[in-house]
Amino acid sequence: MTMLRHVAIAVACGALLLLLSYRLDLYRDLQFAEVAAEVGAVAGLTVLIGISGQISIGHGAFMAIGSYAAALLLLHQHWNIGYVIVASGLVAAAAGGIMGIAAARLRGPYLAGATLMLAVALPSLADKYQSVFGGDQGLSVSITPPAALGATFPLQRWFVWLSCAATLVLLVLLANLVRSRIGRSWRAVRDDEIAASLAGLNVARLQILAFVVSAACAGVSGTLYAMVTTIVTPDAFTLTLSIGLLTAAVLGGLGSLLGAVWGAAILVLAPPFLQDFATSHGFSSAVSSNVPIAAYGVVLIVVMLVFPAGIQGGLRRLLGPAAPVAAAPFSALRRHAPAREEKEEGTV
Amino acid sequence: MNDGSSVAWDEGESEPGAGALDVGGITVRFGGLTALDDVSLSAARGQVTGIIGPNGAGKTTLLNVLCGFVRPQAGSIAFEGKELTRLRPHQLARHGIARTLQGIGLFRGLTVAENVMVGANGSARAGFFAALFGTPWSDRDEQRLRRRAIEALDRVGAADLADDLPGELAHGQRKRVALARALVAEPRLLLLDEPASGLDEGELPEVGALIGELAGSATVVVIEHRMDLMMSICQRIFVLDFGKVIADGTPAQVQADPAVTAAYLGAERESAADG
Ligand SMILES: Nc1ncnc2c1ncn2[C@@H]1O[C@H](COP(=O)(O)OP(=O)(O)OP(=O)(O)O)[C@@H](O)[C@H]1O
Ligand SMILES: [Mg+2]
Repeated sequence: MTMLRHVAIAVACGALLLLLSYRLDLYRDLQFAEVAAEVGAVAGLTVLIGISGQISIGHGAFMAIGSYAAALLLLHQHWNIGYVIVASGLVAAAAGGIMGIAAARLRGPYLAGATLMLAVALPSLADKYQSVFGGDQGLSVSITPPAALGATFPLQRWFVWLSCAATLVLLVLLANLVRSRIGRSWRAVRDDEIAASLAGLNVARLQILAFVVSAACAGVSGTLYAMVTTIVTPDAFTLTLSIGLLTAAVLGGLGSLLGAVWGAAILVLAPPFLQDFATSHGFSSAVSSNVPIAAYGVVLIVVMLVFPAGIQGGLRRLLGPAAPVAAAPFSALRRHAPAREEKEEGTV
Repeated sequence: MNDGSSVAWDEGESEPGAGALDVGGITVRFGGLTALDDVSLSAARGQVTGIIGPNGAGKTTLLNVLCGFVRPQAGSIAFEGKELTRLRPHQLARHGIARTLQGIGLFRGLTVAENVMVGANGSARAGFFAALFGTPWSDRDEQRLRRRAIEALDRVGAADLADDLPGELAHGQRKRVALARALVAEPRLLLLDEPASGLDEGELPEVGALIGELAGSATVVVIEHRMDLMMSICQRIFVLDFGKVIADGTPAQVQADPAVTAAYLGAERESAADG
């Protein structure tokens, strides 16, 4: 049974992660929590691109929406963190719905452009409405471990627990969806919109739904991220983050949830390493701070050219029996302009 | 669910042979090109109705109008007395209408069984939240859809391909799968755009028999260039040329019509001049 199987896997992973959180030092715990936080956004994005066939290169915007919603709720309503996580996911989902309505009318480069604009424009709202969003200073996010864990329980470990628990729930729900009729319908729409609509699928509604689901994941992920970094500021959600999420999804293997875990780990752990490398090799700080985004560009191109199924696809090929590695997920990145689609429609 | 081989018409409904699909005065212009010019035709229940005509005559465009992909400048469409002119493509399945595409249009990232399950989507009962939480109800629904898909594949003789990907299939096999995807919805109107194109001569009789059998439970409209096949499976044929219906009748009548011969000869002469 789908639910039981996925929950069993999640519980087993949860137990392992719990043990791991005790083995790591507190600095590593913090990094661990950050990885877990980012997994949700990458997983949502990999489903959006790899399964539903729509591109978003501004997914950081939905993380921003989730994290600001969470910060405001914690600051003004003092809600329990569990409710805050759910609520911020719902707020981001609503934003995703609006983006999805636009997305259902846009294809390929036009959709890419629209999502890009969202990511560029959104952080400036924080400046415009300083009294609400705190401008460049941002909003602080402070949570404490529940008293039941004892007064000396380290905050970092609590971050790990929360991030892992929330992310595992997200992954279970996403895995259910992807394996269901909804996931199949998304893949059908991705592969051939005309045939899908003739088969009775409401293409626009499915595309909007994919944006809603994906944005909800990013919203939850943003909340966890804000919690771990204890602050939300506009410059946490630059275009670099969005490109990073995209790179992580592609690197892990589009459409693969496990791939999203690898991708998120690399997204969080690699940039500090790259920056150190650049600084220690005598690059100026202006250059070295741009190294991550340059690296993302290179990684995106290389992976797409030589390793199109990503890390997870590679692992599957190494470990499993010759599983079909679908090249289909990349159709989202190759989609052409509406003018061309219309012509194809005429000749169906 | 019926067993697919023979279906009794509901009590009180019209007899086989009575009009089921009525298309009246359809005109479609693409810029300066008149693709369809006041086209009227009807397809009778329990019969195979053919549409033939030279390349570019407007056959596919007519199906695109029936499916809501192309909005006609004028005309009306009614199926079983219900007006269809304003329908969007995804609503057709709900009205018992299915279509296969000239270009096959299988979902290449889905297995054959999954492709056909997409066609059965209209009968799915479990919704978004059942899927999100992976409830036993949604699992059972999936199993039921899969069973139906296998049954449909069985009807077209492709059940053994269930777990293959479309890319691994031969052309004729893909055509069968596309047909199964249309059949699985148990349509009452089946629109087939060149179901035999690219098939070997040897595969034609089987396809012809299958299409004839489908007319037992649906109104079937077929577009096809393979004349010998059309002559053997159609009860009535409409001939389109430059967007106009230039002839209609039984296969024998159409074959004997000098206007039809002229249209095909004209088309041949044109392509000879082109080449
Ligand atoms: N969307 C469109 N925009 C512009 N012109 C179109 C469009 N769809 C079809 N046409 C034109 O309309 C005419 C009829 O095309 P259609 O595809 O209906 O022909 P057909 O009878 O199906 O031909 P074939 O036997 O080659 O499939 C052609 O001249 C075609 O170029
Ligand atoms: Mg055609």
